[in-house]
Amino acid sequence: MVLDSTNPIIEVKDVSFRYDLRSSTETLSSINFSVQKGEWVAIIGNNGSGKSTLAGILLGLYKPQFGSVTIAGYELNEETKWEIRKRMGIVFQNPDNQFIGSTVEDDVAFGLENLNMPYEQMKMRVYEALHMVDMYDYRHADPTRLSGGQKQRVAIAGLLALQPEILLLDEAFVMLDPKSRKDLLKTLQKLKSRHQLTIISITHDMNEAASSDRIIVLKNGTISSIGTPKEVFSKELDFEAPFTEKLRRILQMKGRNVPNTYMSEEEMVEWLWK
Amino acid sequence: MAMEIRYSNVSADYQLGPIRTKNVLDDVNLFVKPSSFTAIVGQTGAGKSSLLKVMNGLIRPKQGEVKIGKYSVSSNNDPTSLKEVRKRIGMVFQFPESQLFAETVEKDICFGPLNFGVGLSEAKEMAKTAIYQVGLDASFLPKSPFSLSGGQKRRVAIAGILAMKPDILILDEPGAGLDPIGKQEILSLIASWNKNNKLTTMMVTHEMDDVAKFADDVIVMEKGKIVFHDDVRTFFADLNQIQSWNLDIPEARRFQLLIEEKTGVSLPKICLTVEELADCLIEVGLA
Amino acid sequence: MNKLIIGRYLPGTSLLHILDARAKLIAGFYFIFILFFAEDWPAYILLWSFTFWVMHLSGVHFKTYIRGVRPLIWLILFTVCLQVLFTAGGEIYFEWGPVTISQFGIVSGIYIFFRFVMIIFISTVITLTTKPIDLTEAIHFLLKPLRIFKIPVEEISIMLSIALRFIPNLLDETQKIMDAQKARGTEFGKGSLFQQMKTLVPIFLPLFVSSLNRAEEVANVMEVRGYQPNARRSSFRKLRWKWADTLSLVIMIFLTVGLLIMNTIV
Repeated sequence: MVLDSTNPIIEVKDVSFRYDLRSSTETLSSINFSVQKGEWVAIIGNNGSGKSTLAGILLGLYKPQFGSVTIAGYELNEETKWEIRKRMGIVFQNPDNQFIGSTVEDDVAFGLENLNMPYEQMKMRVYEALHMVDMYDYRHADPTRLSGGQKQRVAIAGLLALQPEILLLDEAFVMLDPKSRKDLLKTLQKLKSRHQLTIISITHDMNEAASSDRIIVLKNGTISSIGTPKEVFSKELDFEAPFTEKLRRILQMKGRNVPNTYMSEEEMVEWLWK
Repeated sequence: MAMEIRYSNVSADYQLGPIRTKNVLDDVNLFVKPSSFTAIVGQTGAGKSSLLKVMNGLIRPKQGEVKIGKYSVSSNNDPTSLKEVRKRIGMVFQFPESQLFAETVEKDICFGPLNFGVGLSEAKEMAKTAIYQVGLDASFLPKSPFSLSGGQKRRVAIAGILAMKPDILILDEPGAGLDPIGKQEILSLIASWNKNNKLTTMMVTHEMDDVAKFADDVIVMEKGKIVFHDDVRTFFADLNQIQSWNLDIPEARRFQLLIEEKTGVSLPKICLTVEELADCLIEVGLA
Repeated sequence: MNKLIIGRYLPGTSLLHILDARAKLIAGFYFIFILFFAEDWPAYILLWSFTFWVMHLSGVHFKTYIRGVRPLIWLILFTVCLQVLFTAGGEIYFEWGPVTISQFGIVSGIYIFFRFVMIIFISTVITLTTKPIDLTEAIHFLLKPLRIFKIPVEEISIMLSIALRFIPNLLDETQKIMDAQKARGTEFGKGSLFQQMKTLVPIFLPLFVSSLNRAEEVANVMEVRGYQPNARRSSFRKLRWKWADTLSLVIMIFLTVGLLIMNTIV
């Protein structure tokens, strides 16, 4: 992957935010980071770390008191947010509440209808997007017949139909069972590699974070570390670690001579076999 | 007091609006040991929640009966006897925080005990005990439940069930939607009530790691029937069967299989948790 | 709550399911309109035969329709009582102040009862055989002329379709909260009226809270998916008018003619 580091697709500069201007504590203070095109960045943090506020800011739902956010070449404000939303799709936490249409295909079409797109073009885009998430066979189904994971895939199709450059996942995995979570992760990996999508995922699921290129850790409204999964997992100890990291820590505790950094599953098996 | 649970030939339908789903439970026979921790697993719509609901008469069996100690739930129960049953079964629904309604945490927790005829001062005592049981403290009692964080709301809702002093605790995915740490805390609490207070516990879950970590026994449901009921090790031993039910295995077991396949070394036992796997790896000299 | 049949859709393949939602809506409203021109029992027999025929065509069991009337029975009886008590004329059986029970009153009470039930049956037929979304699309279409009066037809129709979309969620939620409170020892329908009202608080309050949260979330979702009120939108859903739809309107004309004839018989 070639990253064009001079021209990031998302740039967050010195962003500070407080819900209540009278209070002295900032929900977010001086947040700085950038995301390159085609990159998958996970933003992790516990409850109260400010990660949902950061999501709200990226979506243009809250306005930061200080700093600027630039997305796909536009500086985010009231005027540009509609342009940005055409380029950045958002998957929310609750699979039910983001299902606006009464059937799968209606829901996928919702965003296109908002653009006043002609019917024939819409039909093509809807079916194409449904194929991309393997939900075409369900196009006439209503939401009561779908599982949570299927609904999230429909939500993604609804965004893909708009041909965005960026997908923002706002805790999109939380309400899913483990199987649906794995399926959704696979779908995202496939989409990313085939369509050069940039993915930002706000999450507390470490397995999801493990498949990202970079992780940003938020703590009490500030960034406590940024780095590859390898760097972050070995450093940040107060998060539920991925399985191999748990195993590594236990082996280390039992006095075994294990490497000092996080290992992916392949690396771990390799190391065991050496 | 520990109570036996026994289902004999229980069949039930489920009605929501004009749509009736036939045989959400189909001729179910089941015996649950007092003080055990049983996990109920299966695909969505397999009848897991119905299995729990029929126990306290929220779904009435059309055939057969459920015996809970000396009480029984069948098609011809009168409401008074149902109330007796419900008093002894604490039921925690999925996302139980959605049932909170009172102005204060204390009032909400007292709601159950008061309904079952406990006096006000005694109910308040029970609320106090319960709030500590769920890992919070008395400072939460005068607060509004709506001002709490998601994880705290969940705990308060569960405290409202514990305050009823049930003999049996049944839970539908108590960790769903919480962050991993909050979830582990809730599940550890539930396991501790089971171990320390001998509270018979039945829990619906999708997470095989939680099954491996907390449950003694496993029930697998498929199309309204119980297709498996045995202890947790027997359950995870037969990989083919688990796959035929479309279920997962715990992370430790999955990683164990990967290691065994790649290295050709087979570990001495089936590992269900990360600790077991670490010990086995050390034992065979891989780590 | 979950016994409410009116407003529900039952998937099926009957002739009525296939009809265009616009045809069904026009025919339905037209039927309710001509109902008020039925003056005598032969006319009522004709309208009832038509109602039963349509109910039969829907392929839905009669019992379902009866269940649909049950929750509304008190409203119906209340209206009937008013009609009986405050209509004078003919032979008078009882009189006390403005309240009279007269021959005319009783007869018109009976007619009101049957008219009411017919309205419920016919509307139930329409909702049971029409996808809610098609219904809103049809309402949208039929309201379009109102745009010249600056009525926000688009907004009304999208509001309606979203409300319909979330009815199943609301019902599930209600059922779940009721079950949860039952498990905590609440008994519904017991004790004095005041006590019964009190048992509803633990149901409605959480329901209210969750609906507000849901509404806020849905509004956010709509906004970030590019929905702007007053903006021009295209529509993915297309209604298709078929010859059977025209036929159904023709049948309504025949029904009117039949009704006029029946009115003159007695």
